[in-house]
Amino acid sequence: MHIVVVGLSHKTAPVEIREKLAVPESRMGEALTRLCSYQGVREGILLSTCNRVEVYAVVDEIEAGYGRIQEFLADAHLSLSSEQLTPHLYWHQGDRAINHLFRVASSLDSMIIGESQILGQIKDAFEAALTHKSTGIILNKVVKKAISVAKRVRTETKIAEMAVSVSYAAVELAKKIFSDLSEKTVLLVGAGEMAKLAARHFIASGVRHVRVTTRNPQHGLELAERFGGTAVPFEQFREDMASADIVLVSTGAAHYLVSEDDVQRSVRQRKNRPMFLIDISVPRNIDPAVRHVDNAFLFDIDDLKARVEQNRGGRLQEAEKAERMVVDEVGVVRQWLQSLEVTPTIMALRTKADDIKRVEVEKTLGRLANLSASERELVEAMASSIVNKLIHNTMVTLKAEVNSSDGAAFVEAARRFFSLGDPALSLVDENAPPAAGACSSSHEESKDVEAMIPRAGSKRPDH
Amino acid sequence: MAAMFFVVTMALYFAATVSFLAYLLWPSKALSKVSLGMTAVGFAAHTIALVARMVGATDVSPPDFHEALSFFSWMLILVFLAVEFRHRLHVLGSFIVPLALVSLVSAAALPDTAPTLTPVFRTLWVHVTLSMLGTVGFAVAFVAGVMYLIQDGLLKSKRFNTLYSKLPALDFLDHLSQQSIVMGFPLLTLGIITGALSAEFSRGSYLNWNPEQTWALVTWVFYFAVLMGRLTMGWRAKRAAYLTIIGFAGVILTLIGVVLKSHGPVS
Repeated sequence: MHIVVVGLSHKTAPVEIREKLAVPESRMGEALTRLCSYQGVREGILLSTCNRVEVYAVVDEIEAGYGRIQEFLADAHLSLSSEQLTPHLYWHQGDRAINHLFRVASSLDSMIIGESQILGQIKDAFEAALTHKSTGIILNKVVKKAISVAKRVRTETKIAEMAVSVSYAAVELAKKIFSDLSEKTVLLVGAGEMAKLAARHFIASGVRHVRVTTRNPQHGLELAERFGGTAVPFEQFREDMASADIVLVSTGAAHYLVSEDDVQRSVRQRKNRPMFLIDISVPRNIDPAVRHVDNAFLFDIDDLKARVEQNRGGRLQEAEKAERMVVDEVGVVRQWLQSLEVTPTIMALRTKADDIKRVEVEKTLGRLANLSASERELVEAMASSIVNKLIHNTMVTLKAEVNSSDGAAFVEAARRFFSLGDPALSLVDENAPPAAGACSSSHEESKDVEAMIPRAGSKRPDH
Repeated sequence: MAAMFFVVTMALYFAATVSFLAYLLWPSKALSKVSLGMTAVGFAAHTIALVARMVGATDVSPPDFHEALSFFSWMLILVFLAVEFRHRLHVLGSFIVPLALVSLVSAAALPDTAPTLTPVFRTLWVHVTLSMLGTVGFAVAFVAGVMYLIQDGLLKSKRFNTLYSKLPALDFLDHLSQQSIVMGFPLLTLGIITGALSAEFSRGSYLNWNPEQTWALVTWVFYFAVLMGRLTMGWRAKRAAYLTIIGFAGVILTLIGVVLKSHGPVS
């Protein structure tokens, strides 16, 4: 019974592979049912976003589980074989798998660290898993914990507030000049990639009025259409600048396109309403002397980069804080998982000892028919005493080692010494009957068989 | 009882001032909560102190400067709490609470005895209250102006420090400043009119061009010009911020003049 993750992300696989594996929401149910139909997969959840496709599962055997999940992933697309996937995949188990899930949920593994979308995607994936009953006691607990860890990271660190790109930094600066961007107008001068990206960020942040000017009028019209704005003739844009609150300049021109006088005049026409000018061109297209104009705020690419760097420094610190939180929380889950294993072990040991005692006492008393009631009691007491003393130290040690790093080994040893069945299996059966959907029910039979035969150690059918 | 609550208020405002100033320098959420909590409790104590004093007053004597300044301080905090409630602008507290504290300490420093303003009329109540409300508007405009200039300076010099991240957007501050003047100005106008009326009752003339009356009129004309300039000539943003600071200096001078006249050597 192990938690594993098999998947690929923007860090390991190009978009061509990722898009092939992506599972659309409409086919999620079918995919989860298929995942749970694999032998040895007890619980499963599938996370599919544009940046990652991952399967978290509870499996009987780690290696076999890895293989099954890889098959499952490859099955998603006919043109991909399991082997072709191998170079792009990562496999984690136990603490590392939980750690990975927590990091993903907290957006520490995202392309843009601190972005908030991923948490919603995990919630959706969990929702789908619950609907199709593909998760059980373990994953339910672990995924819920991942969501709460992510929330904790968001509230206790500043990771989400950090600006991460130049265009984002531009928007962030604009928000310190204009409190409400929705009524503001952006003038995009030139069609540089960075400026276009920045314009897109501004639109995403609520800007509704976009004006575009480029040297090539046709290009300008196209861009204007794409941004839902209007095109301005290039020869006129300096005169038109007063109507723009935010001016984004990024052209290939080798000289200044906007002079101090142009800006001075615009600010005057705007009756001193502040103007935000961003010069993303190299070489620069706005005269740096514009800095001296009151109520005009000019930032060039270096200023923005400096801002990004500053944020990045802070972000790394915050990310470290978040990583520590994740490690703490993994510890909490680990303890829970271990207690999950030790408690049933102790109970099984107790039951087994009592059963042996009962049978032996009955046998003995059957032969000694002429004993008085008090003598019979004495025999019973002696049997109890022997049994209790024999298992006492084992039970105390198990309880004491619950939280130690060797806890699992002690449980395993106790199970083998006393020939106990697999405790975790019985626990899943006891606690998850309502959730015993696709994953659990398909294994009902095999579980029963396994529970009856005490496992004689490392039984590895696949490797 | 009033005196006791007054002291409690002062202690709380002092603590809030210290923690609000610390909040400017350290990025801490807890600090803003603590500061805000102390200000709110202080405000409650202040309210009790003011009510107790009003109830305890035996006659309808006009408010002395102690009461007027205390009321001014109370109104400032009230405005801050209202803005804070609406916009979650903790950093405003770092500027307004110290101002309220200064006003309250000045109130405490003044002798608590009856003022020397001789003939007493009920209209004086109205005059003092209206003038103080107008002054609260100008004080908030002043604070917004100071914050504006700081944020403007930080943006221009590209110093993105803790203060930068806490101060709100420039246009918000400009708007807050304008709104405060728009509200303060008519109140001050009414304050001056009622003042002139009570002067007419007590001294027989609306205006006798003594220094504090003159200052009050100059201040009024100044704010009138600031408002008109904004509406017609685009005196906003940085210029407006400077003007509101100058205007508030005029208000303070007038107040000092009035206080000195009634308490100090001028009379």
